[in-house]
Amino acid sequence: MPQLEKTILEVQDLSIAYPITIGVVRAVEGVSFTLDDGEALGLVGESGCGKSTLGLSILKLHRPPGRVTGGKILYRGTDILSMSDRALLKMRGQNISMIFQNPLTSLNPLFTVEKHFLETIHFHDASMPRERARAAVGKMLETLGIEKKRLKEYPHQLSGGMRQRIMIGLALIMNPDIIIADEPTTSLDVIVEAGFTDLLMSLRSIYKLSIILITHNLGLVAEIADRIAVMYAGRLMEVATTEEIFAHPLHPYTQGLIACVPNILVDQKELVTMPGSPPDLVDRPAGCPFAPRCPQVIPICRQKTPALIQHAPSHSAACWLYRQKEG
Amino acid sequence: MVAARFSPAGWIAALFRWTSSARRKYGGEWWLMVAGVVVIAFILTMTVFPHLFTRFDPNDQNAGSQMTAPSSSHIMGTDNLSRDVWARIVYGAQTILGVAIAAALLSAIIGIPLGLLSGFAGGVFDRILSLIMDSVYSFPGLILAIAFAAMLGPGVINITLAVAVVYIPTYFRLVRGQTLSIKEEVYVEAARAIGARRGTILGRYIFPNVIATVVVVLSLNIADAIMTEAALSYIGLGLPAGIPDWGMDLSMGKKFLPSGIWWMITFPGLMIMLLALGFTMLGEGLAEILNPRLLEK
Amino acid sequence: MVFVMLTLVFVVLRVMPGDPVSAMLGGHAPEKVIQQKKADLGLNKPIGMQYLDYMGKLAHLDLGESMIFKQKVSQPILEKLPATLELTFFGLLLSLGIGIPLGVFAARRRRSGRDYGARLYANVVYCIPVFWMGLLLQLVFGIFLGWFPIAGRTSPRVEVSAFSKTGFYIVDTLRIGNFAAFGDVMWHLVLPSVTLGIVLSGIFVRLTRANMLDVLKSDYILAARARGVPERRVVYNHGLRNALIPIVTMLGLQFALLLAGAILTESTFSWPGMGRLLLERIYLRDYPVIQGVIVVYTLFVSVISLVVDLLYAAIDPRVKY
Repeated sequence: MPQLEKTILEVQDLSIAYPITIGVVRAVEGVSFTLDDGEALGLVGESGCGKSTLGLSILKLHRPPGRVTGGKILYRGTDILSMSDRALLKMRGQNISMIFQNPLTSLNPLFTVEKHFLETIHFHDASMPRERARAAVGKMLETLGIEKKRLKEYPHQLSGGMRQRIMIGLALIMNPDIIIADEPTTSLDVIVEAGFTDLLMSLRSIYKLSIILITHNLGLVAEIADRIAVMYAGRLMEVATTEEIFAHPLHPYTQGLIACVPNILVDQKELVTMPGSPPDLVDRPAGCPFAPRCPQVIPICRQKTPALIQHAPSHSAACWLYRQKEG
Repeated sequence: MVAARFSPAGWIAALFRWTSSARRKYGGEWWLMVAGVVVIAFILTMTVFPHLFTRFDPNDQNAGSQMTAPSSSHIMGTDNLSRDVWARIVYGAQTILGVAIAAALLSAIIGIPLGLLSGFAGGVFDRILSLIMDSVYSFPGLILAIAFAAMLGPGVINITLAVAVVYIPTYFRLVRGQTLSIKEEVYVEAARAIGARRGTILGRYIFPNVIATVVVVLSLNIADAIMTEAALSYIGLGLPAGIPDWGMDLSMGKKFLPSGIWWMITFPGLMIMLLALGFTMLGEGLAEILNPRLLEK
Repeated sequence: MVFVMLTLVFVVLRVMPGDPVSAMLGGHAPEKVIQQKKADLGLNKPIGMQYLDYMGKLAHLDLGESMIFKQKVSQPILEKLPATLELTFFGLLLSLGIGIPLGVFAARRRRSGRDYGARLYANVVYCIPVFWMGLLLQLVFGIFLGWFPIAGRTSPRVEVSAFSKTGFYIVDTLRIGNFAAFGDVMWHLVLPSVTLGIVLSGIFVRLTRANMLDVLKSDYILAARARGVPERRVVYNHGLRNALIPIVTMLGLQFALLLAGAILTESTFSWPGMGRLLLERIYLRDYPVIQGVIVVYTLFVSVISLVVDLLYAAIDPRVKY
């Protein structure tokens, strides 16, 4: 199967739960998707829908006491979740890297920029001579468009945009295949966000990256992603190419999300919002998690949870509406 | 429902419901608090009904023979003056517990209003008072207590005063800090906007919010005061002779330590530790239940 | 701060009820003798004048003269200060050495058995009176086992005058290369500094644990892990170094506890330091010396808070002086 060779990351039926005093929070439930080599996948959903947990679990870094209750995460055929600690350390940063939400707090305030870089290189390739490591860091700064003198500075001396670029540089310094960006622009202002998008796109082609972009920002995802996976209450609702999602959204939740984006081309008097709020992940009602808020709900939605079914060559949705039509 | 609220049975039922739900919610911290309460209750009973715990008089110099090791007749042995060690512990509980609680309350009574006023009023008054309180706070409390005790001379009231002085800044700083932050809260702003008088704001809005923290600190503070009282009487500054006291018994025991008389120091010290631990556990448990972030600093 | 504290010392010792002269001479001294003595000591002047005198002399580091002995107040203080410094130094070192690793150990797995264990240790140890801890150690290791001496800084057979120059026996013995004497000095230091170290370690367990818990929740910890930095390095180099900042700030306040503990330890181990001097002179009612000792303690605390500020600046690049 040629399809398999192209696939670099495959998540199979992944479930993650957090035991807390009053019950168990099912943050991620039965999620499956694939990421092809060089592809950018957008993971979209409201805050608290489990997308950040999902992203962290790919590095096996989901916060305790959360634990994987089922499923696999295959990186080039190897299950990350059953890797040894040593192999995990090697994989993090070298094969799969991550960019975090808040660049302002994601750098150690007591370390210089240079120390962040040299430390990362040291723990992946201890044999690399210091001069070569420094040269590599210098080259990376050039790519990022940051002056070299910044190397000796501490994070508090840098602007937010610069810190975000440093974070990207740190993620890329070991030349990984996959980069996971978790809400990378949430804490940046709009101008800096535009610069970030351009930088990420150019780096993507230089480093031949596969990207998982986790965000609630549909505009950002439209710009970067090839494919989009929509997540709601720990489950995938719909997966399709970016064009498909925006042109023919199948799932009522996706339709709602897109309707919420203000459109400057249409004369709009009011912001469209979606009624209701996401369900409590502790006491899940039976059936489709979106059913209580769904405008097109039908009886079966409240009884059984729909599976993610392929409806077109690159378009899947988890919704009873379409399965009924097919009989 | 209203009737049920005033019946004793209703009260007990409500208390039971509350305790069982709290127990489930807080787990470990709940048991910590219970352990603290049990220790305190035991020693408190000892102070109120000492004769139930021992048949000896703490000052009876003919209770047994001199310096005998613990036995069935004297479970903790006898001291150099043939007094029963356990009896001295039982009656000594009154002294240490009384002094510690009185001192902690006294410093709270002085420190809390000062902190409220200082935080609420601000200005020069606040700055001067804060400077003094901060200075005292950073100074070793025991040395201050020693200085006071030395100037005032021995006596139960004097030792209480000496201990109380040490802890006034603790309450002052705590209450002032909280007052400052609560003052800026929206609901206080709102009260001011509808024309509430300053006294009303202080009494109705700020004070009730401060009180939960004060309860916790009071408990931890009593634990500290217990050790300060014991320290003062251990170095011989606290109390006139004739009043049974754990710290004094320890310093007495110290003299006979080289001859291996272990029981004269082991038991009074153990009691000081247990009592202090009781109040600490109560305080920590309360803190976790009332405000989990309180002690993380 | 120093100024406020010194004023307070003056107020406590001079304005409070209690008359040093009549206390010193006993209740039955004739009025004339008392007045004479008061004039000698400058105690008959108005309180404001006395205060100015006191502050003026302090500015020249003049602590006055003893009321009992023909000596300057500074003389016994300078003699005893090194003993206290040696004791507090090792006590602090030990309490940090126990407290910080144990705090880190607890914080790495919150609400686990080891966390509860470390917290229990911290609470129990905090509630042990220092002097009782000292007595117990004396009893077990000094009397029953006979491993360590229970009093003083040196054995009687060691000739102190042979090496004493600065008063810091450790420094003095090493300086002249007298290793037998050095060993003896260290041997005497064991029980007192262990007493002080253990009792104070509880506070550092708590401080370290709370601050480590906060720091380990930070984004940069997660980011470091995501870059493949090994756990040990994440905890100690990224975590502990950041947690040390609030710990160092608190160190100044803990120092007050250390000094208080040192007084009680000195008293328990007949350690010839400032605390013992203070207590001795309190029994003798030698007010100028009592006052002098407290002044020195005040200066001590101020110096420490200065050192803490410098230390803080050294650790944290965000602070500039």
